Parts: sequence; structure tokens; C-alpha cells
Amino acid sequence: MRTRWQIVAGVVVAGLALTGCAASERDPEGSGSDGATGGGRDTFIFAASGDPASMDPAFASDGESFRVARQIFEGLVGVEPGTADPAPLLAESWDVSDDGLEYTFHLKEDVTFQDGTEFDGEAVCFNFERWNNFTGVLQSESLSYYWQKVNGGFATSDVASLNGTGKYESCEAPDASTAVIHLRSPLPELVSALSLPSFSMQSPTALQEYDADAVTGDGEAPVLPEYATGHPTGTGPYQFESWSPGEEVVLTAYDGYWGDQGQVKRIVFPIISDATARRQALQAGDIDGYDLVGPADVVALEEAGFQIVNRDPFNVLYLGMNQANPDLADLKVRQAIAHAIDKDALVAQTLPEGTEVATNFVPPAVVGWNEDVATYEYDPAKAKALLAEAGKSGLTIDFNYPTNVSRPYMPTPEQVFTAIEADLEAVGITVNPVPDPWNPEYLDKIQGGQEHGLHLLGWTGDYNDTYNFIGVFFGGPSNEWGFDNAELFTAINEARYVADVDAQREAYEVANAAILEFLPGIPLAHPVPSLAFKADVHGYPASPVQDEVYNVITLGD
Amino acid sequence: MTRLILRRLALLVPTLLGLSVLLFLWVRALPGGPATALLGERATPEAVERINALYGFDRPLPQQYVTWLGQLLQGNFGVSTRTGRPVGDEFWARFPATVELSLVALLIAVCVGVPLGYLAARRQGRLVDHAAVVTSLLGVTIPVFFLAFLLKWLFAVQLGWFPSSGRQDPAMIATHPTGFYVLDGLLTREWDASWDALVHLVLPALALGTIPLAIIARITRASVIDVQHADYVRTARAKGLSAPHVRSRVLLHNAMLPVSTTIGLQVGLLLSGAVLTETVFAFPGVGKFLADAVFNLDYAVLQGFILLIAVVYALVNLAVDVSYGLIDPRMRTR
Repeated sequence: MRTRWQIVAGVVVAGLALTGCAASERDPEGSGSDGATGGGRDTFIFAASGDPASMDPAFASDGESFRVARQIFEGLVGVEPGTADPAPLLAESWDVSDDGLEYTFHLKEDVTFQDGTEFDGEAVCFNFERWNNFTGVLQSESLSYYWQKVNGGFATSDVASLNGTGKYESCEAPDASTAVIHLRSPLPELVSALSLPSFSMQSPTALQEYDADAVTGDGEAPVLPEYATGHPTGTGPYQFESWSPGEEVVLTAYDGYWGDQGQVKRIVFPIISDATARRQALQAGDIDGYDLVGPADVVALEEAGFQIVNRDPFNVLYLGMNQANPDLADLKVRQAIAHAIDKDALVAQTLPEGTEVATNFVPPAVVGWNEDVATYEYDPAKAKALLAEAGKSGLTIDFNYPTNVSRPYMPTPEQVFTAIEADLEAVGITVNPVPDPWNPEYLDKIQGGQEHGLHLLGWTGDYNDTYNFIGVFFGGPSNEWGFDNAELFTAINEARYVADVDAQREAYEVANAAILEFLPGIPLAHPVPSLAFKADVHGYPASPVQDEVYNVITLGD
Repeated sequence: MTRLILRRLALLVPTLLGLSVLLFLWVRALPGGPATALLGERATPEAVERINALYGFDRPLPQQYVTWLGQLLQGNFGVSTRTGRPVGDEFWARFPATVELSLVALLIAVCVGVPLGYLAARRQGRLVDHAAVVTSLLGVTIPVFFLAFLLKWLFAVQLGWFPSSGRQDPAMIATHPTGFYVLDGLLTREWDASWDALVHLVLPALALGTIPLAIIARITRASVIDVQHADYVRTARAKGLSAPHVRSRVLLHNAMLPVSTTIGLQVGLLLSGAVLTETVFAFPGVGKFLADAVFNLDYAVLQGFILLIAVVYALVNLAVDVSYGLIDPRMRTR
């Protein structure tokens, strides 16, 4: 009999060891309090949805890279907390010459990079010269996207449109605390753009030591050098510790930081690509927070005692009307569609709480947002009348929308589509639904070809600049919109280079009004992106442009 | 014995060669070819041409294959397009995680499956037996990923007993001399780290171990039923040997032989189950990296990892066969 009982006992003990005992040790609220750091909770764990593309922010244009870069690096210019407006950071102030060609930056003193290198005017010039002198594979859009977009070119290039076409001319450092940037032609958005992590100040010593520019492979499949995978060196409050692709990125406090180091001494970004898995990780107590919370999860998480923090929307969701489609080329049809859509109901039914109805193609916080644009109030009768006037009663139209995707400006495309479809059917327009997976089919179809009618798309701004919205959409002819309106294109592109701030605002207001008259599409909403946190995470610095640095966070009751 | 090992190793060569040809042709057969796979659907013809020239995809197929094979023989599996690091390095960096997970899963399967099967056989037709049969039937029927989701939802999300993802609490600072986290904690005397790694293993290992557990229980039950009616057992009893002696020496020893074969076979299956389990629990092992490679179209990783897994699988099977030889003298003479 003894053997049988031994076996039974064995099974029971094994079962208990694997479930009960293990469980009793685990405290869901205290996952951050143990470990070898001892005592207080000083590790902040934020789930990222993907790997950064590069640790060298000059080679990055994606949110995941920027999130990490903002902890390690600082630029000359930052943003006012909670806004998209530029504010002093490593440059305490700046003067712009009257002709808009000379920017003098007065630098913060006693700042050192994490490798001990002094931050000074020479370091600033080293970085600008580096960006401007990228060659070969470094000039591909997948690497130096923002330098190309903002500056317009490089010192030299094999590609004619990039060869010497940049606005940047030279940089000089008359003394340690001054850097002077000379431009070839005005670039009023320069200061705003410098708040992008791509233009962070990096240690010249580390850049050289770890061969930061030695990218091999091809622009589409670059193989990054040692610096961009393991030695990023900036002036920020945290320094790089490790990156295990697909697993996690770990940062630790930089003791020599010039500013306030704060309570968080260690940051871990576990990489959890699935949105449901991120929510579950929060619920299970594995992480302190995550972003891109699904609208459907917000209420459930709040009720379960988690905090929901909203970023001010810095985006726009719009309905595009491709004029390569003959029906949509008719302004009356476009106006009819605009009057047919009940934006208030759409926002209430399908978008997160706090979402604003859009009237412009830029959010209200952006310079040049115009209160007095044409707004096309909800009026089904008027829509029907306009269609009849155009001779298009009984119109049938393709409606493209993406599936299986969640963007900050469009958490649930299928629901938005359904709501608009119902509005259109109500005024007698027959909708032919064309669903496509986001990548590569949907974007390819909308941006790469003419074969689409109505479509849903949007944009999140990079920095506070009107051109960064309407220039991206309507700066020139494109497959997405299928029209050629030289007057409109010129108005937008000229506004971009007006050096005087007030005059520029006025020019952009005029451009925004012209867009809504011409009505290439209908701005629908500025949805709020949500983040979720454990109850004891305090002071998360939610920012519309995601300039969120974790040294201001406090943890614990 | 040595001859058996040598013969099996020699057989491994043509097997792997065949697999490498299949993998090679598979990547070439992808829509648009490997260049499009790397660049995406929107690649310009010039970019495709450039990539083809860069990686030699424009050369004749046999020549490409020989070049690739030559690199493989030098241990060069190519570079991951996602991480920019050598595929071999990526594999060995994640291998300990998967081994650790598979071992714990196997441990659960054997420690629960064998006693369960034995009990069921000894109480054939009674409640325990019926329960065991139903349990093992459920075990083989439930898809691994579904079970993984279920375990995670219940024990991690709802009850909060276990972590829902990863290998270690991210707040934990621990050193990893070997990459086997549980062992590392013991070696460095960081008991917390060891315990934490073990806690992280429980749910994924339960999910991964369930199918082998069910199979092992069924085989054990069948085998014990078989053996307990065998002539030599009856003879042993007739000779007056004590009941415990008959059970442990005669019955169990003989019944365990087919069970150990089954256990050996399960080792290989654990590797494929790991792809799903590791993905659900964001457990950073070989399986999750392979799944990520599918989503990221990282073809160097796909080719390289599958080849390496095949090598590991073949070597494990060889080890299992050798161990049979040690258990059962009859195997040696064959």
C-alpha cells in the first residue's frame, strides 16, 4: 500500500508546488518592489508595442524609437509640458536674424553627455554637420527621414533632388555656450522641428568611437552599426543599459544628469506586440502602464481601478474623396457627402470619450487653425438636394477602409465606416464597401494608385507646425486625393516659408479656409489617445507629441 | 552502440541536406521572390534589382544554393533583417529559454502523466480510471494556444496568481551567466531571481506540458494494463514474490519501456508547441522569435532557425535512441 500512497502524495505535492505555493508568493501590486534594488519602488515598467527601429534617433522616425530616445537624449529645443509648443531645453534661448537665415542658440552650461563628454557649441555643430553629410545608404528615407523632410537635402548626394538642396548651410561655435546655425533660405519651422528626437544632441566622442555612420546593407534593409544597437549616448536623465530585440529595452538613471533625476531610477520597456496581451499584463500586475489603449477597454480598466490618462489629441481623422473618381470630382457631390455625415453622432458612437469633432485638417492647437472655415452642418435634406442638382441621385460609390488595425486617430476603422455608410445610405448613396488589411494592401491602394473612392485615413502630428499636417496632405498632386489645384498647392507651400510668425499664421488660416472651400475631403475628428496605468503611478507627463520623460513620475502611494 | 550512434549521425547529413534544399526552394517560391519579401509590396523595381544583386538572388539557382550551403557550413546563417545581428547568435541567445520551458513542461507531463496512467490502470473501470481517461482525452483535444489563453486569463489576469508574460519580473535585476534563469539564480545565490523565473515558467509550462501529459498518461495506462496480465507477472506472483516487489521491479520496469519511448517522442513535439505557447505568454524563446520572424518577413531567421531546430530535434532523437539502448539490451543488438 505504501507505494500507492507515495505516488498519490507525489502528485499532490507536485500540483501544490506548481500552483498554490508559487501563487502565495506573488503579490500582484508589488511586482516592482522586489529585486536587488532594495526598499522603495524605483523601476518603471512600460509595455512597448514593438522594438525600436534604432537606438540612434537620427536614424529613426517611429514612435517606439522616439519613446526610448526621449529618455536618453535631449535636443536644443523641447516642448512646453502638455503642449506641442517649442520650449528651451539644451538651448536656454535663441535669436533669429531678421532675414530668418541665422539662428543663434545660447546653450545650457555644465551639461555632460553620459560618457563624460562636455556638451558645448562644438558638439552642436558636430551633430548638424553629421546629419548634413550623411552619404549613401544613410540618405534613404528609412534612416534619415526627418532631416530630409525638414532640411530638404544633404551636402552632397547621388540623387539630384537631394544634392546640395538643403536649407542648412553651416554651423559655428564662437564659444562653448553658443552655436550659430546659418541657413541658405528661411525655414520658419526649424525651431519647432528641433523638438523632434531625430535632432537630439548625441555625444561626438561616442558617435566616433562606435562608428555611428557605418551602416551597411541597403536602405530598405539596413544593418545598423554598434552605436545604434548598443551605445546611444545623450544628455538625458537615463542611459542605455541593454536591448534584447523582441524582449525588452532597459535604461538606468544617469547620475551626472544636469536636471532633477526624480524617483524612477530604472526603466524597462517589455515588448508586447499584442494589444490584448498588453492589457492583460497590466491586469496581471506585470507592468506599470501602456499606451494605445483600445476604446473598448477604457471603461473596464477604469472600473477595475486602473488609471486612464488621455493625451491631448494632436491628430486628425478624415474622410478622403478621391477626385480621380469622376463622381467625386463634382464639388456638389462632395458637399452633399459632407452634409450627409452626422459628425457629432459619429464621434459619440465610435470614438473615445473626449474626442473633438474636427472642422479643419489641423487640430485646434496648431498655428493657423481657422475658426471660420466652411463647416457643412449635418443636413440630409440639403445633401439630397445637392445630389439631385448634380444629377447624381442614386449614386453608387466605392468606400475603402482598413481592417484589423488600430491607429491613434482611428481606433476602430470598421465602426467608423459603418456609421458613415449608414449616413450615406440615408441620403440615397449606395455604398460599395472595400475592406483591406492595413499593411501593405490598404496604404498601397490609397497612396500608391488611383483605384479608390471614399477612404478613411488620418495623421498624427510630429511637432507644432501646420505644414506638417496640410503640407503632407495637400502640398502637391497625389494619388490619395487625385486632384491638381495649383492655386491651393502654391498657397500652402508659400505659407511654409513666411518668416514672420504672424504673417505665417494668417497665410495658413487662408490656406485652411481654401481647403475647406475646395473640400478634397472631410475632417471628422481629433480622437484622444489613451494610456492606462496602475493606481500608484503618479504624474505621468502625457504629451500631445509624446514628449514624455519619466524622471517626473512618482511611484507608490 | 558506437556504431549505432555513428550510423545515425551519418543519416543526419542527407536529412539536413534535403531540408536545406526544401527551405531554399520555399523562400525562392515566395510571391515576388526574396527581394520583395524583404522590401515589401511597394518596392520599386530598382530597389528589387539592387537587393537581388546585393544578396546574389540574380544568379542561377544551383549556384545560389551552393553559396548558401558554403556559408552554412562555415556556421554563417545570415543576418536577421529585423535586429541586424547574426541569425546564429539570435538562436543561441534564445535557446536556453526554450530548453528551460520545455524541460519544466516535460517534468510536469512525466510527473503527473505517469502516476495518473498507473493509477488508472490499477483501478481499471473505476472512477479514477474514468476521470483519467476523460482528462487525457481533453488534454489531447484542446489546442495548445487555447489552453494557453485560458490559463493566462484565469490564473494571471483574473486571479493574479502568476505573471502573464515574460521570463522574469522586469523590475528584477539579476545576472545570467548561463541563460537558464532558474539555474542562474541558484549559481549566483540570487534566490529571488530563481524563484521569480520559476514562477514565470508555471503557466507556459502547464500549457505546453498538457498534450504530452495526456499522451503519457494514456500510454502508461495501456502499458500497465498490458503488463499486469503478462505471463511473467503471473509467474512472479506464483513464485511468491511480495506484491510491492512485483509492482516496482517486474510490473513498472517492464511497463515503462514503451512509456519512455513516448516521452522521447514528446521532446520533439515540445519544440513546435513552444512557438504557440511562447507567443501567447510573450516568453522570449526560440519559438516566439520564429513567430515574430513570420510577421516581420525575416527570411534569414526563418531559414536559419528551422534548420537549427531540425539539428536539435535530430540530436535529441539520437540521444533518446541511445538511452533505449541503455535501458533495453535488446535494442543494442539490432
